Amino acid sequence: MMQFIPPNTNFDFVGIRKPLILVSSALNVLSLLLLIFWGPKLGIDFAGGSLVQVRFDEPLQADSIRAALTGVEAGQLDIQDLGAGGKEFLIRVPLSAENAEGVNKHLTAALAEKFGKDKVEVLRVEAVGPRVGQDLRQKAVLAVVFATLMMAVYISLRFEWRFGVGAAVALVHDVLIAVGALLLFGYEFDLTVVPALLTVVGYSVHDTVIVSDRIRENRRKDRRSSLAQIINQSINETLSRSILTSGTAVLVVLALFVLGGPVLHGFAFALLVGFTVGTYSSIFIASPVVLYFERKTTSAAAERRPGRTASASPARRS
Amino acid sequence: MKNTSLFYRTLLVVGLTIVAVLCVLPTVIQPLPSWLGFLKSARVSLGLDLQGGTHLVLSVDIDQAVVNSLEVSADEMRRELRKAGIKAPKIDRVDQTTLAVTIPSDQRDKLVETVGQSFPNLKLDAAETVEGNLVQRLTLLPEEVRRIKQSALDQSLETIRNRIDQFGVTEPLIQRQGDRDIVIQLPGIQDPERAKELIGRTAVLSFKLVRDGSAEAYAKGTQPLPAGTQVLYELSKGPTGERRKGQPLLVESNTLMTGDVVSDARVRPGDLPNSRTVSLDLNARGAHLFEEITAANVNRRLAIILDDTVYSAPVIKERIPGGRAVISGSFTSDEARDLSIVLRTGALPAPVSIAEERTVGPSLGEDSIRQGIHSFVVGGVLVIVFMLFYYRFAGLLADLALIWNVLFLVATLALFQATLTLPGIAGIVLTLGMAVDANVLINERIREELRLGKSARAAIDAGYERALPSILDSNTTTFLSGLILFQFGTGPVKGFAVTLCIGIASSLFTAVVGTRLIWDYMLSRRHIQTLSI
Repeated sequence: MMQFIPPNTNFDFVGIRKPLILVSSALNVLSLLLLIFWGPKLGIDFAGGSLVQVRFDEPLQADSIRAALTGVEAGQLDIQDLGAGGKEFLIRVPLSAENAEGVNKHLTAALAEKFGKDKVEVLRVEAVGPRVGQDLRQKAVLAVVFATLMMAVYISLRFEWRFGVGAAVALVHDVLIAVGALLLFGYEFDLTVVPALLTVVGYSVHDTVIVSDRIRENRRKDRRSSLAQIINQSINETLSRSILTSGTAVLVVLALFVLGGPVLHGFAFALLVGFTVGTYSSIFIASPVVLYFERKTTSAAAERRPGRTASASPARRS
Repeated sequence: MKNTSLFYRTLLVVGLTIVAVLCVLPTVIQPLPSWLGFLKSARVSLGLDLQGGTHLVLSVDIDQAVVNSLEVSADEMRRELRKAGIKAPKIDRVDQTTLAVTIPSDQRDKLVETVGQSFPNLKLDAAETVEGNLVQRLTLLPEEVRRIKQSALDQSLETIRNRIDQFGVTEPLIQRQGDRDIVIQLPGIQDPERAKELIGRTAVLSFKLVRDGSAEAYAKGTQPLPAGTQVLYELSKGPTGERRKGQPLLVESNTLMTGDVVSDARVRPGDLPNSRTVSLDLNARGAHLFEEITAANVNRRLAIILDDTVYSAPVIKERIPGGRAVISGSFTSDEARDLSIVLRTGALPAPVSIAEERTVGPSLGEDSIRQGIHSFVVGGVLVIVFMLFYYRFAGLLADLALIWNVLFLVATLALFQATLTLPGIAGIVLTLGMAVDANVLINERIREELRLGKSARAAIDAGYERALPSILDSNTTTFLSGLILFQFGTGPVKGFAVTLCIGIASSLFTAVVGTRLIWDYMLSRRHIQTLSI
């Protein structure tokens, strides 16, 4: 039988939670700082503007394209080599005061004139006006926030509220780190990043649910052990499947990342980071949060108990 | 498990598989054999990002439509008030929905009566007295504003649909989005610029008289314009055929006739070799009007103006009866054809602008399909091989379920006639990695039960039963985020949400029901003591 994790593994996950929470918090703060001070490189989907993707017959330098386009009034050009042997380029033009629709026509005309009409092929043209850009931006943020809330509510309904909070904390953690990684590696935030982040949201909880399910099951079977012990036992028992389920998902995302082409690059990268971090957080982040709230509420209840009558507390707990 | 249950489950799985295969056939086999004709409509079509084409979002300036409508009311009001005996009514537009009518104070009753009788779309608003005159404000009713906006969008949609139909695009998609946008999808279009120009043309055709003499001085602004005139430029062509401003002409602002009297427009050969004209057939009212105009203005030039550009300004030689006018100009054959389409289909009720454009050339689409298939095959093989090595026979079952799942996924897409986009392919690839999750959870649980010393049959029973809550919970969360994405997503991204959600749902069936069925068969046939898992 092939197995990565031996059945009687008993690693003290709960014991090492403090340094790991510190590391995770640091990574999260770093992501937030990046987001606030560096800011996302917004694609034209969100910022508005236009882009032209072209393929030349012969390899070229970005500078010679820039030189060919100097006559075109298009503001600040961003020319990106797409790595197809210097033949494919992405030319981006930010939203200007004038209407965006004319710019692409001038760009392609100028390229055709300079390099010859048969030598350059226009692969893709996109233009997004300011209203649409703002609209898409709003929808993207709303979708991620809404999905996060939904997950927290769903977990709270299916489990106890503490598990809901734990799952929500873990998932905010995962999304933040995925966003931070996108920022750090200079990926552009375009429309494809939204489904990637939402999938991270869903899949992050996926792993957390597996552990939470086992905690619930073990607590029913074993009323004597402390919650910390049960959490530890549950994580150890489910470790193998957490790693395997994420592993297969990461395998296909790797295939997408390597073979899926430039359009899906940012998408696959966000998933890669999100899935990996998601597995980590369901083991090391979600359960300690549950433990934290458990201790807080039990100690609060213990303090309160002498002063209160027994009949008052059940009503409050619901 | 009882044998009857086994029988019914087999029936269900086999039946669904046959249906799924039938649904997939029209997408895979082309042309479809005639005995499968009833399945014709169940097909997966490729999105614009895969087959190439243009996706446009046009924004209709519905506010301008309200302003236009208010100005028409102002004109009518001026006439009606004169008819009612108010000498010099002064009517100004204050804002988008408000007019200010200035009349002598003692004639308020006449105004109120006129508005009440002829202008149900306006309501009397605040009034004040300025220098002995009454300034009465009239506001468009809110429901009237809504109606104007609505009909501006409807009319634009209709006009644009007509234009695209005549342009000859196969399977265009034209629909409204929100309260002011029109989404247009033109698959496989070769020349998006020309299509855009044709669609977005406001096409206000008007006929105006030209004042003789040079208009250079007026155009430069060195000489003030005579009252009631304006400067417009003739259309001319540069050496490579691009449009340029030609000679300025001084024309009278008063419009004699507009494009709404045109009943038909056709391209005709011109007098010069290789030249073209666009002939206009006018309706009865137009023919009558045209005859009057030409009779009254013999030897003067009549400018034919489209969107503030003078296309031609022929000299009126004689009275022209019969209702036919001709626009000449140096048209290419495409231009002449587009112009005739625009004139035939009528003017857009409000200006439109392009809010979003996405054009994908056919070769990029092919690249994307190839890359999508590559990632699908490689991702799938990686998962299949891994499962086989890790779980051996149980892995084989999971792999079988995976292939089953892809079959069901494609069949569902075909059944709903869904559009496959590049993110949609990414969703299918991702499903490959997620669909085996259920089997991983089940198999791990079976291993655990075996370790506790249970028999093969008991371990399988317990494994499936105990893993189920986890499987349902964990798949529900991903499914939920897919639903949210479907709600908020646009265009190709929606395709991802669709494939992801269908993939998850069908994986529940194939991974749980499908694999269980095979185990049950094996356990019922012979006495198995060890499991290959």
